[in-house]
Amino acid sequence: MLKLQDVCYSAMGKQILKDINLTFSDEIIVITGANGAGKSTLAKIIMGILKPTSGKIFYNDQDITDFSITERAKMGIAFAFQQPVKFKGLKVLDILRLSSSEKGKSLSTYLSDVGLCAKEYLTRELSGELSGGELKRIEIASVLARKCPITIFDEPEAGIDLWSFSNLVQTFKNFQNQVKGTMILISHQEKMIEIADTIIVMKEGKVEKVGKNHEILPTLSIKSCKGCGGNR
Amino acid sequence: MKQDELLNIVTDNAVFGGAYNIRVNGKLFDRKTNENVDIVSKEGASGIDIFIKDGTVGQTIGIPVVLTSGDIQEVVLNDFHIGKNCDVTIIAGCGIDNCSSCTSQHDGVHTFYVGQNSKVKYIERHYGHGEGSGQKVMNPETVINMEKDSKMEMITTQLEGVDSTVRKTTAHLADGANLVITEKVLTTGEQKATSIFDVDLDGKNSKAKLSSRVVAKDNSYQDFYSDVKGNNDCYAHIECDAIIVNNAKVGSTPKIVANHPDASLVHEATIGKIAGEQLLKLLSLGLDEKEAEDAIIQGFLK
Ligand SMILES: Nc1ncnc2c1ncn2[C@@H]1O[C@H](COP(=O)(O)OP(=O)(O)OP(=O)(O)O)[C@@H](O)[C@H]1O
Ligand SMILES: [Mg+2]
Repeated sequence: MLKLQDVCYSAMGKQILKDINLTFSDEIIVITGANGAGKSTLAKIIMGILKPTSGKIFYNDQDITDFSITERAKMGIAFAFQQPVKFKGLKVLDILRLSSSEKGKSLSTYLSDVGLCAKEYLTRELSGELSGGELKRIEIASVLARKCPITIFDEPEAGIDLWSFSNLVQTFKNFQNQVKGTMILISHQEKMIEIADTIIVMKEGKVEKVGKNHEILPTLSIKSCKGCGGNR
Repeated sequence: MKQDELLNIVTDNAVFGGAYNIRVNGKLFDRKTNENVDIVSKEGASGIDIFIKDGTVGQTIGIPVVLTSGDIQEVVLNDFHIGKNCDVTIIAGCGIDNCSSCTSQHDGVHTFYVGQNSKVKYIERHYGHGEGSGQKVMNPETVINMEKDSKMEMITTQLEGVDSTVRKTTAHLADGANLVITEKVLTTGEQKATSIFDVDLDGKNSKAKLSSRVVAKDNSYQDFYSDVKGNNDCYAHIECDAIIVNNAKVGSTPKIVANHPDASLVHEATIGKIAGEQLLKLLSLGLDEKEAEDAIIQGFLK
């Protein structure tokens, strides 16, 4: 169980997160909300990439607020970046090996989970030679490979083509069936939000709504838009 | 360190199926030739002439040099005469183990004459070892003359332990010639390394791709100079990437000159610390800072 208690975060004199109180249990949680609402910032605070200005983070009742990224990773927290990181010289296989202690064949399955053919990609360099969508898929694969009890994916759908998108949703479902941990998906996509057990809506650095899927989903006007016959 | 160990490092454990010439402490140690490859010692100078017959395909030729004691300074001239329609791999390299307080120095000039339509892969590894205060110095010079439609791939690696090196590479490319150079250098401590490239793309449709990936740690210093001239309808791409760690310094001085309206020349250079986001990504996989830094540098130089 992961708990954020009165978490605030400010940078450059601007308050980005305000009094966040959330408890995450073993289920699929989707965090949604407008651009700039603070979703990625929240994810980075959980991973330890950013330190809260005030407030505390608990993992299984242990205060991990001052734990480093490495310590949190070793405890079982994983995070797929919104913007995948490029590495000159590191190959796809290298990053998968750093992610998982499993060997060759099972590493390949993480690539097929994100719709990439292992044969073709394992020896490719994680650099500008790969397309944005390919890098994004590999970023996701590197986090799936960790099989952590707490896994955060920051806008996994970004840059993924429509056809592959439904496969990706299925991959997350399968992953959750297998790992049965706390899976946090940050997303703007209806299809992704639909698989959530719990939905969190953020607005201007605050939690605007949080509740079970059936409570929150009907209140989101994703399908609608002003002036085109939506139900707003 | 034993001679064999040093040889294995320098040649990366390659087995020479073809001919070879092994030079140890300034003298010929072993040589093998065959009907396609002849190796002849130069008269009046240190070094060898290597003659590769037209149409020689699939041979790996080794010419490693090792120095296992201090106070040896040598200048060696090796000329490679590669016939037409060949496809060969040449493995050179120099290892110095110097535990003494005297300087060991190997300066080599390797001149290549790559015949029409031939393909050469040239691998050169440099390595220094030894606790003594004696400097380990290597100054390799490579002169490449490429005939019509020839291809050459040159891979040079300076692994570690070389105190001072100036590497100079000069190339002339005829019509359709294609040159790819990949350089990897790691310097640590107070080491200095300078690389100078001087390439003339003389021929129509000639191509050169030059890539330098270097890591400078501690107080070391590296300098990269390239002077690439497009003298015809040609293409060149120069890429210089450097990672600096601690107080190291790296300079990159590119010069590209188009002497022909159809010359197309590109230069890219990036110098900087390991990108913060790269570290963060690896930390989030559970590596500690040291492991993350090592993984990034190893990958970069591999
Ligand atoms: N280091 C920083 N300094 C100043 N402002 C920042 C910093 N990092 C983020 N912000 C601001 O904080 C706000 C929240 O950013 P965040 O990246 O968390 O948004 P988000 O909800 O993930 O948005 P998106 O949907 O676009 O990914 C934004 O207004 C952003 O400009
Ligand atoms: Mg974001």
